[in-house]
Amino acid sequence: MSADWPLLSLLVWLPIAGAVAVLVAGDRNAGAAKWLALLVSLATLALCLPLWSNFDSSTSAMQFVERTPWITSFAVDYHLGIDGFSLPLIVLTCIVTVLVLIAGWEVIEYKPSQYVAAFLALAGLMNGVFAAQDALLFYVFFEGMLIPMFIIIGVWGGPRRVYATMKFFLYTFLGSVFMLLGLIYLYLKGQSFQLADLQTMSLSMSEQTWLFFAFLLAFAVKIPMWPVHTWLPDAHVEAPTGGSMVLAAVMLKIGGYGFLRFSLPIAPDASAEFAWLIIAMSLIAVVYIGFVALAQQDMKKLIAYSSISHMGFVTLGLFIAFALVAKSNSPDTAALGVQGAMVQMISHGFVSAAMFGAVGVLYDRVHSRQIADYGGVVNTMPWFATFMVFFAMANCGLPGTSGFVGEFMVILAAAKHSLGIAALAAVTLILGAAYTLWLVKRVIFGDVANSQVAELSDLNGREWVVLGTLAFFVLFIGLWPAPVVDVMQSSVEALLRHITTSKLMGLPG
Amino acid sequence: MITKTLLLTIALAPLAGAILAGLFGRQIGRAGAHWATILGVALSTALSAYVLKLIAFDGHEAVNMSVYTWFRIGSIQAEVGFLVDALTATMMVVVTSVSLMVHVYTIGYMEEDPGYQRFFGYISLFTFSMLMLVMSNNFMQLFFGWEAVGLVSYLLIGFWFKRPTAIFANLKAFLVNRVGDFGFLLGIGLVLAYLGSLDYATVFAKAPTLVGQTFNPYGTVEWAVPTLICLLLFVGAMGKSAQVPLHVWLPDSMEGPTPISALIHAATMVTAGIFMVARMSPLFELSETALSVILVIGSITALFMGFIGIVQNDIKRVVAYSTLSQLGYMTVALGASAYSAAIFHLMTHAFFKALLFLGAGSVIIAMHHEQDLRKMGGLRKYMPITFATAWVGTLALMGFPGTSGFYSKDAILYAVGSADRAGASFAHASLLIGVAVTAFYSFRMLYLAFHGKERFGHDDRHGHGGHHDHGEHQPHETPWVVTLPLALLAIPSLAIGFFTAGPMLFGNFFDGAIFVADGRAPLAAMAHHFEHGSLSFALHGFLTPPVWLALLGAGLATYIYLFNPSIADRARKAFAPIHHLLERKYGFDEFNQAVFARGSVWLGRAFWRVGDQAVIDGVIVDGSAGTVSRIAFAVRRLQSGFLFHYAFMMILGLIVIVGAFALLQ
Repeated sequence: MSADWPLLSLLVWLPIAGAVAVLVAGDRNAGAAKWLALLVSLATLALCLPLWSNFDSSTSAMQFVERTPWITSFAVDYHLGIDGFSLPLIVLTCIVTVLVLIAGWEVIEYKPSQYVAAFLALAGLMNGVFAAQDALLFYVFFEGMLIPMFIIIGVWGGPRRVYATMKFFLYTFLGSVFMLLGLIYLYLKGQSFQLADLQTMSLSMSEQTWLFFAFLLAFAVKIPMWPVHTWLPDAHVEAPTGGSMVLAAVMLKIGGYGFLRFSLPIAPDASAEFAWLIIAMSLIAVVYIGFVALAQQDMKKLIAYSSISHMGFVTLGLFIAFALVAKSNSPDTAALGVQGAMVQMISHGFVSAAMFGAVGVLYDRVHSRQIADYGGVVNTMPWFATFMVFFAMANCGLPGTSGFVGEFMVILAAAKHSLGIAALAAVTLILGAAYTLWLVKRVIFGDVANSQVAELSDLNGREWVVLGTLAFFVLFIGLWPAPVVDVMQSSVEALLRHITTSKLMGLPG
Repeated sequence: MITKTLLLTIALAPLAGAILAGLFGRQIGRAGAHWATILGVALSTALSAYVLKLIAFDGHEAVNMSVYTWFRIGSIQAEVGFLVDALTATMMVVVTSVSLMVHVYTIGYMEEDPGYQRFFGYISLFTFSMLMLVMSNNFMQLFFGWEAVGLVSYLLIGFWFKRPTAIFANLKAFLVNRVGDFGFLLGIGLVLAYLGSLDYATVFAKAPTLVGQTFNPYGTVEWAVPTLICLLLFVGAMGKSAQVPLHVWLPDSMEGPTPISALIHAATMVTAGIFMVARMSPLFELSETALSVILVIGSITALFMGFIGIVQNDIKRVVAYSTLSQLGYMTVALGASAYSAAIFHLMTHAFFKALLFLGAGSVIIAMHHEQDLRKMGGLRKYMPITFATAWVGTLALMGFPGTSGFYSKDAILYAVGSADRAGASFAHASLLIGVAVTAFYSFRMLYLAFHGKERFGHDDRHGHGGHHDHGEHQPHETPWVVTLPLALLAIPSLAIGFFTAGPMLFGNFFDGAIFVADGRAPLAAMAHHFEHGSLSFALHGFLTPPVWLALLGAGLATYIYLFNPSIADRARKAFAPIHHLLERKYGFDEFNQAVFARGSVWLGRAFWRVGDQAVIDGVIVDGSAGTVSRIAFAVRRLQSGFLFHYAFMMILGLIVIVGAFALLQ
């Protein structure tokens, strides 16, 4: 395939077109609709191959750029492009989308074609978020993404889905409204929505501070950070398995990505000024949320809280970089922190998708998420138990799995700046293992707990494909993170150069 | 030549066996599983022995090579690589040879277990992980191996996953080890922060620059950086090598099958902490304070865990407490700067403790999985090979002159006796008392199991009338796959000290691998007595207090358990409070359970109910959402639930906001 193809547009619009086609096909022939959706998602994934192989990791410049004027009166462009931060996240999105469609194959009986269409549309929009180089275009994708997820939870969700969707929607919408205000302010000041322009625009400290908090609201809700995290456990509990997988694997990453694309480069001085705040909130996420996870009785809630705790490492890694550059003058360690944050996002994409997928496997059979309804699953589902223990180990950051890499990098980076911060972050070694392995003990191990567990059948081929694929990536990144790290390194270095150059220079007072 | 291919083969052969047996166990069958893993480990063992020969006898240089780059970020690099010197080569041979014995033994021990293939998969995976740990040339891979052995230990303690006690013990083991790893990882973090590298060679070369640097945690408080780093690293060692107060997981780990108690929880994995400190000797030598702490922790473990061994009635638990105590001895050696003595004791202990554990396992097979010493007795006539090898193991453990344990334990006693750092005299006294205690519990176990009256069989031990005659189930000697490893382990238990004490303790064998600061000669006092060789040193041993103390302990045990068992009962009653304290294991478990386990869950519940549900959701979110949703309720009627309606509304809203701003401007 030629590199001249508009690969990014295809990555955005192919799944969306697929979604439309599937909707048109409708439920009359649900089988065909599902196959069509799967083919579209596989074709989208196939587009990642030329994307990855033609990607030049030696530069931080945007690649595969497509740009045409869109709304000329506001200088809004349809402007796509990717760098080392976008690429792995787009690949992650495409992989997870395929797996989610497979995971829901026989499980979803109510309006299956609309179900798969929602996921295809979501995939296109998420790819758009990661590729958009125009802030307004980003915003459109960012908000548009809420719609299919809203529908997925609202239509195929559990009994309290109305509460959960409202909470999810209001939380995230409230956050992003402030981001929009920030973007509009920037447009009015610089007459441009181009990210590159916004990033180089000179801004006073007070402007940066307002912008920083506007962006923070949007992205802190999304990732989510303590204390704006309480929508996530409810959303996960009510969401169908596929919804949880995408939510945890990709949508949360958009928060972290937003910090990288907006907060840090547009308001670097304010980010440096308030790094302490983000670091504090991240550490609260790691420790406080870790304890909260320990108390959960619902498997999905437990994993949701575990996600919040893991996302604490993302924000910690990003903002510890400021502290490192400012105080310790060690750009390499700062790069270690940012890399750690990114690797943690990618890894969590696979691990959390796997954990939610695994819970879904149990839920499909027993129709309960309560830990107390299980026990001794290993006796009837030995292969499932093998996967579950493996992913649990990845979740508690065992070396050799991807879960270790990001945490290791961030903790090492933090130790350079402050032993106290590193120590609080490292508490996850104990807490993460405690809540994850206690879950495993209660669900997987032990003697057969009840008649439902006694009748469980082990993984079918479809579930094998989903969990096996995820296990492959978890192991691969765990054993050899270099390919992921290398692809991002130029972009990380460029970001660090950028954020260490104050935007206050040349401004009056 | 020690090539990359050679080292990779050593590490990966057990992994290949593990994958075959673990993932394809059903396809290759039981025999396939044990052949695949045994061949893999046998290959590793042979090649490790070859590597050791090259280094020990042929003067081969230490090798340090990179296999592949894990990641590289600017100047920070994490590699997967091998460092093989005398220390590594010794560890490789110990690990692979004990592992090989355990593999063979397992054929007999796990014969009737439905998880046969899985078990072989695990122990081979363990061997791979342990090799990665000892062969590493950097901190990242060390941590990988460190945690990987922890994982396998977790899987193996919980091997019989239906038993509630087993799955409690494996969770406990993993979590307590994680507490140690918490410190260990921070130590690694500080190494990178202060020395800028994760590579051993670079770190050790730069280590002296740490001297005099201080760390300022708060206010005007200043800590010495080398001390801080070493103490944090040592916390890791305390977890893995089960030093007080992180020892609590090891006795419970006896819930796992006996072969792994021998391999993982006695001979190899638990010594990883000892190995790590010896490997880091260039760092630890920089901190007198850290070494003093190590000395004291080690001596507390050595003595007080030994006491508990006296009151245990489960045959495996006696050996487990003995292991704790012996790990304390090794730790004391580290604290006395006698790293080579620690490694030497590690090696001899690996052989004689594996022997004792496997012997205990052999007894357990013969007793049809009865582990209570009070229900044994007189087994010597039923199982002569096990009996003879148990004697060998016991003599080595008590340090009878001439046995391997004698040389290694004496080396530690000499080193700590001549050390002059803080805590050394306490440590010396503890270890001397410990020698008598060790001999006492070892012989107690030996007599209760093999000598005296038979306390099994015809008495009605189930209390509800035997429905079958136990006479038909007389204990019998175990099959050759069990006794052969016992016999093979008995040889080094007896003799390896005699042949290797000279070069390992006084020669230049560990030069370049273990670093002792100038002016420190921890083994000089012993060298003085050793100059006429192993034999005369052993004879000289009979004139020294440690041997008298050992004989005293053994004699006392002989008098009580062989001739006058009623004394034991009377002593138990006379010293009831002490006995109670020892039976409760000083209350560590109750404390941890009440404070850490229940406390954490309580705290989590409080955070959740109060922080998340009452404050954030109750007051802030639902409060404001309540207002919003009242408005939304009205608006919701306008909405149809169709996707395009939502999208339309969204875009409309966007345009309104954008337009409003444009107008306002």
